Amino acid sequence: MIEFILNNQKIRTNEAEGMPLVDFIRYKQNLKGTKIGCREGDCGACTVLAGELIDDKISYKSITSCITPLKFAAGKHIVTVDGLNSDEIGSVQQHIHEHGATQCGFCTPGFVMSLTGFSLSTKKADYSDALSAVAGNICRCTGYKSIEKAIFDISEELKSKPEKDNIAWLIKNDYLPEYFIEIPERIKNLKNEISNKENGIVVGGGTDLYVQKADCLLENKIKTIKYISSKEKITQKDNLITLSALTTVTDIIESEIISNLFPKLAKQLLLISSEQIRNTATIGGNIVNASPIGDMSIILLALNSNLIIKNSSNIERTILLKDFHTGYKTFDLKEGELIENITFEIPNLDFKFNFEKVSKRKHLDIASVNSSILIIYKNNIIKDVHISGGGLAATPKYFEKTREFLINKEINKENILKAAEIIQAETSPISDVRGTTEYKKLLLRQLFYAHFIEIFSIDI
Amino acid sequence: MKNRDSKNHLQGKSIYIDDIPEISGTLYGLVYDSPIAHAKIINIDYSKAEELDDIVRILTYKDVPGENQIGAIIQDEPLFAEGEVHFIGQPIAFIVAKSELAARKAKKLIEANFEEKTIVTDPREAHKNKSYIAPPRTFKIGETKNIWETCEHIISGRVKSGGQEHLYLETQGAYAVPAEDGNIKLYSSTQGPTAVQKIAASVLNVKMNKIEVDVTRLGGAFGGKEDQATPWAIMVSLAAQILNSPVKFALNRHDDMRMTGKRHPYDSDFKMGLSKDLKILAYEADYYQNAGASADLSPAITERTLFHSTNSYFVPNTRTTVYSCKTNLPPNTAFRGFGAPQGMFLIEAAIHKAAEEIGVRVEEIQKQNLITINDEFPYGQLAEEDGAVKSWETAEKDFKLKELFSEVESYNSENKYLKKGVAVTPVTFGISFTNTAMNHARALVHIYQDGSIGISTGAIEMGQSVNTKIMQVAAHFLSVSTSRIKIETTNTTRVANTSPTAASSGADLNGQATQVACIALYKRLTGFAAKHFNVEVEKISIKDEFIYIEDKKTDWNWETLVEQTFLARIALTENGHYTTPKITFDKTKEKGHPFAYHVFGSAITTCTVDCIRGTYEIDSVKVVHDFGVSMNKLIDNGQIEGAVVQGIGWVTMEEIAYDEKGRLLSNALSTYKIPDILFAPKSIDIIHLKTDGHKFAIMKSKAVGEPPFNYGIGAYFAIQNAIKAYNSNFKSDYNSPATPERVLMGLYQK
Ligand SMILES: Cc1cc2nc3c(=O)[nH]c(=O)nc-3n(C[C@H](O)[C@H](O)[C@H](O)COP(=O)(O)OP(=O)(O)OC[C@H]3O[C@@H](n4cnc5c(N)ncnc54)[C@H](O)[C@@H]3O)c2cc1C
Ligand code: FES
Ligand code: FES
Repeated sequence: MIEFILNNQKIRTNEAEGMPLVDFIRYKQNLKGTKIGCREGDCGACTVLAGELIDDKISYKSITSCITPLKFAAGKHIVTVDGLNSDEIGSVQQHIHEHGATQCGFCTPGFVMSLTGFSLSTKKADYSDALSAVAGNICRCTGYKSIEKAIFDISEELKSKPEKDNIAWLIKNDYLPEYFIEIPERIKNLKNEISNKENGIVVGGGTDLYVQKADCLLENKIKTIKYISSKEKITQKDNLITLSALTTVTDIIESEIISNLFPKLAKQLLLISSEQIRNTATIGGNIVNASPIGDMSIILLALNSNLIIKNSSNIERTILLKDFHTGYKTFDLKEGELIENITFEIPNLDFKFNFEKVSKRKHLDIASVNSSILIIYKNNIIKDVHISGGGLAATPKYFEKTREFLINKEINKENILKAAEIIQAETSPISDVRGTTEYKKLLLRQLFYAHFIEIFSIDI
Repeated sequence: MKNRDSKNHLQGKSIYIDDIPEISGTLYGLVYDSPIAHAKIINIDYSKAEELDDIVRILTYKDVPGENQIGAIIQDEPLFAEGEVHFIGQPIAFIVAKSELAARKAKKLIEANFEEKTIVTDPREAHKNKSYIAPPRTFKIGETKNIWETCEHIISGRVKSGGQEHLYLETQGAYAVPAEDGNIKLYSSTQGPTAVQKIAASVLNVKMNKIEVDVTRLGGAFGGKEDQATPWAIMVSLAAQILNSPVKFALNRHDDMRMTGKRHPYDSDFKMGLSKDLKILAYEADYYQNAGASADLSPAITERTLFHSTNSYFVPNTRTTVYSCKTNLPPNTAFRGFGAPQGMFLIEAAIHKAAEEIGVRVEEIQKQNLITINDEFPYGQLAEEDGAVKSWETAEKDFKLKELFSEVESYNSENKYLKKGVAVTPVTFGISFTNTAMNHARALVHIYQDGSIGISTGAIEMGQSVNTKIMQVAAHFLSVSTSRIKIETTNTTRVANTSPTAASSGADLNGQATQVACIALYKRLTGFAAKHFNVEVEKISIKDEFIYIEDKKTDWNWETLVEQTFLARIALTENGHYTTPKITFDKTKEKGHPFAYHVFGSAITTCTVDCIRGTYEIDSVKVVHDFGVSMNKLIDNGQIEGAVVQGIGWVTMEEIAYDEKGRLLSNALSTYKIPDILFAPKSIDIIHLKTDGHKFAIMKSKAVGEPPFNYGIGAYFAIQNAIKAYNSNFKSDYNSPATPERVLMGLYQK
């Protein structure tokens, strides 16, 4: 039995826990406002909001309901476009209406939900954040210019939203219907018994699993490890940073610990998927999904991370991430084992970090090649360096030889050019839908240059 | 006026196929399609699939009571494969089940044996084998044979343009509900309800009047639902007929992408001759169109390529030939522009190459050769307007083209890793179905006795706001508020024998049919009022819902007038019929006057290329466009913006990839990328060219759907120019799309 609130209605359901949330919404609850364009998280037509009580405060995030299991809704407030409707349209809708920013209308409910999610953000409203909020929403009628105008007006209007009591303000200003005010209390009364002992297919965010085998999840028990998460997903103890495997990309973007260490990372992480996916995709899932192109794997590789793995009897072991992936989609994880945490050490010398990613489309796309670098240096001499690259081999690639070459070298053009030859020789990518061998090799070199151009403004 | 559907769209209340409330007992269909691109079917064993719980029936060609044939122009496309398969994704059987999940499981249990045959995916290879969809066609004007020796410059080359996935956000789908007497009510996500009705009748072996096709709206179509909405609609109808149950099929995105055709990829050769003063004297082109495994709309599309082979230019001697080549791919089909973009891309590439080889600015050649009044198009029609020249000059002046060039030059000299490029793209597009017989429409207008109005036409609403325009037309010609007007679903029982909503002609044809009906009703109503007030009819008018005698307002308002007219037993219904005047085309001579009018425009595209990473952004697209006199600027500008971004997608990131087995690799949204909001040009500026409009355009407001797609081509050339600014060794191969891969390879070409 799963209990949650759908719009203004309490739901108690025995439907299959692995059913995609969108199917429950559309076909079991007959709320047809939420649309389906791809069932793969790639179009945003199915966007809904998930509200969760954390420390007594409700926090709403946009998610793609097509790749979210019904079970995730347990204990939450799920908001669909039908839940915004009173007789008249609300403020987000009004702005889109004013600018004629809907053509065939099929993408429109998704945009409305993403922007409503944006309006619920506790950050100060900002136009570029608002654009990012809809980067996961595809419109094929491509009314983007008029949508932009609407978004601009919305973000301007939201600038007067106070930091506290934002829900009350949003209700007063017709962004939300009134029932939102009582939701936190109503969530407290929901009963869900989900324990970490249960068996089933392990689901982190589900963003990979639902694309691969939605029917299998529908017909089987699933183990939503989200519920065994501690609240603090990112912690620092002395020099050691620990990330829970359940950390989402959004968690990293919002983390002060991380932004203090790597001020540019939050912006670079916007190159990963879309806001909806970043809100759910976990780093544990990214590592175990074992795609050679996984962005988080590439970033964590360059941080020379360790994985803390636990088995069902709670016995822990530690393995370096660079040793974890053993071949194409194979890795060192035994039956019953879960990744618990990912850790890395803050270098005790000067260090710089960079992440580069090139894909066909800059946003919401899988990389043709991606690469990360952590350079630890003193007086312009490289003391240690970790370089990773994706899309180049059967596994996320850690560049050992290039590292060996660069250690104790001065940071200058000559050394970078030499290192670029080594890094290209260290891998032989295969041609596929994301690029030919020649392209990927050239791109690797270019991204390697880009690291030094970005970090040290070196002229190549 | 805003899109009449806007508020419903925003609240999620608009109804698309999959939102129609299901009747209990509804069954669900799923296609079993060929996993092999070309093969003889040895045998297919459905027994395990049939035994599965909840499987009701698996239909194959054997179950078709009528013709197993869905080809609209040429009858070369079976509904279900019989004996042979010709592309991956070709329907073989239709699984009908009590649930979608059961159907998916059953599909996996079907066991088939094929004898594979050699496959062809390259149109040039098909050409070598003379394997065509239809005989090649050639358009000619002047004589190219002996002209070459008089040319100062002769440029030739080979150019490829890629396919394009429609990616309408709503996938294909249909829902058939059986009614009494073997009738079927068929909801289809189609641009062509009559085609669906006609083919359904022929497959089901019933008369057309047994099939009622109803369409509320489509969640995008772009040509992809003109012909290719048909198979699914027929399959659910067939299943409904045989099983006497409602049957629905809404395609999953992968199935949709794999089974449906796309924009035709072209591989073409050209030869262009120019005089010393850069006049284009001669142009020859051979287009090898990749048509896929059957005709679909390819014959009509080849034609439009020829119609637009010289785009906005006047070329006195041209010879263009198109070969519609048969390959083992899904039948390629209509897509916004309908073959014209491919033709325009080729001549633009030819001009760019010419400029490069001669060593002049591209714009010098472009501007020299723009078509103007009384110049003859290769198909015999004369240009009646000077929109090509005027829009160019307006763009040059109002968008300060010269300054833009010098700004870009100084930007490029100041920036090492970022380079900008500019390109100007003129566009001339003919409006009308090139098949003259299709240029007609009807509108059924009811005025109800309470004064409210219901209008049915043959137009399909798919986001282009044709229904909003029709509402505006009726409100204007009846002089009533739009709030009185309801636009009904498009339904073959109310408006029959319709042409598909395509060729940008939806508003022109259906709007003018509505106009005809409303004018007739207006006459009837004012005639009755004249009798009642005992004045001459010329003195009566309806203004803002009141009846006037000359300038004097009477105490009769619209509702009184309607009620009294009704009581006088006068018909308040009218069926308006419209045919486009003047158009003709003689296919034996390939000459005539095929278009009601032309739409003109010019666009300036600027982009920035990141020369380290090979990525790019489109900075701006500045458009001067000939709308005639736009009847709805908000909607028309939206059409331009949408078309431009779609056109840019076609020449940049949208890349269709098949492997050597004919398997679609770009088969999902994760591998086929279309522009998102962050890729859209930073700005799109639109200037409405000052004109008086055209009398054959609805309320002088010209068709706007397809022409602006072609402005998108400019992004390709802007990017090539930016690459050149970084790498002077770069020689473009003029193959589109300019993916980040091609751009990076170009930046570092030696
Ligand atoms: C639209 C879309 C866009 C995407 N864009 C990107 C992108 O830009 N970059 C990118 O790298 N990826 C991208 N992905 C892929 C995917 O989202 C990521 O790999 C994501 O991080 C997977 O995390 P998850 O929690 O959703 O994984 P899940 O789907 O929940 O799980 C993936 C696998 O990991 C296992 N698993 C999960 N957590 C654990 C754990 N703690 N211990 C052991 N096993 C575990 C699961 O059993 C499963 O086998 C995208 C996916 C989608 C749908
Ligand atoms: S349906 Fe496309 S993201 Fe969910
Ligand atoms: S309005 Fe049609 S997809 Fe956005």
